[in-house]
Amino acid sequence: MSDNTVDNTSSGTPAQPPGKPPGKPPGKPPGPPYGGTPKRRREDRLEDRIDAAWIWDRIARATIFLGGISAIVFVLAIFLFIAREGLGFALSELDLGYFFTSPNWRPTNETPQFGALALIAGTASITGLAMLIAVPFALGAAIYIGEFATGKTRETLKVLVELLAATPSVVWGFIGLSIMNPLIIEMFDVPIGLTVLNAGIILGLMAAPIMTTIAEDALKAVPDSYREAAEAMGATRWQIIRQVVIPSAKHGLVAAILLGVGRGFGETMAVLMASGHAINMPTSPFDSARALTATIASELGETANGSEHYRVLFTLGIFLFLVTFVINLLADVLVRKGDKKRS
Amino acid sequence: MVSDTTSTAAATATGKAKAIQTRKLNLWYGSFQALFDVDIDVVQGKVTSLIGPSGCGKSTLLRSINRINERLGYVRTTGTIEVMGHNVLDPSVELTQLRRAAGMVFQRPNPLPLSIRDNLLFAYRLDRGGKGSRSDEDEVVEKALKEVLLWDQVKDRLLQKATELSLEEQQKLCIARLLPVKPSVLLMDEPCSALDPEATRAVEDLLWQLRGEYSILIVTHNMAQARRASDECIFMLMGKVVEHSATVEMFVTPKHQETADYLEGRFG
Ligand SMILES: Nc1ncnc2c1ncn2[C@@H]1O[C@H](COP(=O)(O)OP(=O)(O)OP(=O)(O)O)[C@@H](O)[C@H]1O
Ligand SMILES: [Mg+2]
Repeated sequence: MSDNTVDNTSSGTPAQPPGKPPGKPPGKPPGPPYGGTPKRRREDRLEDRIDAAWIWDRIARATIFLGGISAIVFVLAIFLFIAREGLGFALSELDLGYFFTSPNWRPTNETPQFGALALIAGTASITGLAMLIAVPFALGAAIYIGEFATGKTRETLKVLVELLAATPSVVWGFIGLSIMNPLIIEMFDVPIGLTVLNAGIILGLMAAPIMTTIAEDALKAVPDSYREAAEAMGATRWQIIRQVVIPSAKHGLVAAILLGVGRGFGETMAVLMASGHAINMPTSPFDSARALTATIASELGETANGSEHYRVLFTLGIFLFLVTFVINLLADVLVRKGDKKRS
Repeated sequence: MVSDTTSTAAATATGKAKAIQTRKLNLWYGSFQALFDVDIDVVQGKVTSLIGPSGCGKSTLLRSINRINERLGYVRTTGTIEVMGHNVLDPSVELTQLRRAAGMVFQRPNPLPLSIRDNLLFAYRLDRGGKGSRSDEDEVVEKALKEVLLWDQVKDRLLQKATELSLEEQQKLCIARLLPVKPSVLLMDEPCSALDPEATRAVEDLLWQLRGEYSILIVTHNMAQARRASDECIFMLMGKVVEHSATVEMFVTPKHQETADYLEGRFG
């Protein structure tokens, strides 16, 4: 190897064109340091750039950048589309006062009435009931999986929960329609089982797995050294969870709950199938109701493009969009506030 | 069992009551045996340091005394461990009480993500089963912080989060939070290894002050620390106790070749 190097150098030096001014001091031959093909010195290569690593770096950066901004672009595009179809109409032609205060949703009457209150009440009551059911279930399951279960039990449970989270919503709707419906009729001795109660239970069961998964992640993010410290001070299992783990994980837990609320708000198919889809101000869990999302889904196909009805449905869409936005914002503010208080 | 009682009797007779005493302590992690017939005696009111090469079982021994190693679930122990004369491996022992009697300080300072005040009151509140009156709690906090020489530094920011303190302050806080429940033994696993030399010195000085009221068993990798900050020294090797003697003796005239080799840095 070293012989080779010396050879290279000695054979290279005489090959230099005669008459070239001696740029390098003699005695310091510009040979390659590790043999092989002669290379330029490191300091002369400072401006070299294009090689495979550089190209890959550029490609990766461009792809990641596109992926990153596409999310923003899509959200903006969706909002612009919905706004174009409905916002101008909502602000100028629609009677917003009536829209928000009247329960009369009669879009196909001769003189159509567009009161969304019953739909809003439907969505709110179903989501509210769903959360009443899902939050305790999900937090309980997350605490059990994260803090108590070990080994195989834990892995099995996690897989099961993820499987539940991946169940298509039409399947849940089907369960509501064909299992919950007769069950409710029989258990409570009521004439119909497609009600707020039914949809709330179905939606709660649907939202619980995803909430469980996120809540469990939040619990898992609590460093084990906290648990160990508390245990070494004589805290019981429950005291550790109550006083150390849950407070440390509360941001993640709030996020999990809000995500569940968002899911409930936006869910369409299962609610459409289980709620009875009747325009009605629900006064008890045994009333049928109709959700905002289900209304859009079931009516948009029958409206003429650009008609008043069509635009009112888009107004419902804007309303849903805004509510979801506010929920997220609220979550964000809450989390930030918590951060500040803790520091 | 018979030899136990005689040795305890002998100890009391010579006025050297034992804070911790293990006899034929064997410990397995699953099927891996980490401790072999460990017999140690930690004298009350003294600082005893536990030294030995990495992996020899120092932490294992320490963590079996307050039984915190049982949180692993696959640990099996035989033999006896007595803390202030009570066998803590007895099934009737209440773990929560044991852990208050034998407080533990960890390698990395691990204050809970609560305020300084709540950290100090954590064990206290667990012990009395709820919050105390404002004035009682204030008193407890002040006393504990003064005991670890931290009061002047933090008295104006007791509601600040403990995790924002410097590492030295955090480690002192971790010692302080054990004191309100009046432990008899403090178990420390390399409490200074995350600290700079100055902070190490400060914590050592603190240990020296706490000694007397508390019996301290401290694991350390730092020979200089063992030498200047302990009364007695236990040298372990591969899960066994090789030598236990007064620190001065061990460092000047070690009885075993392995001890001499280790102290001179020939292995570990
Ligand atoms: N949780 C565990 N599961 C299985 N084996 C373990 C566990 N903890 C420690 N061991 C093993 O037990 C032996 C003793 O470990 P221990 O942590 O007590 O050593 P140590 O003397 O404290 O070492 P160090 O100075 O590096 O902290 C080692 O061989 C280690 O691999
Ligand atoms: Mg250790």
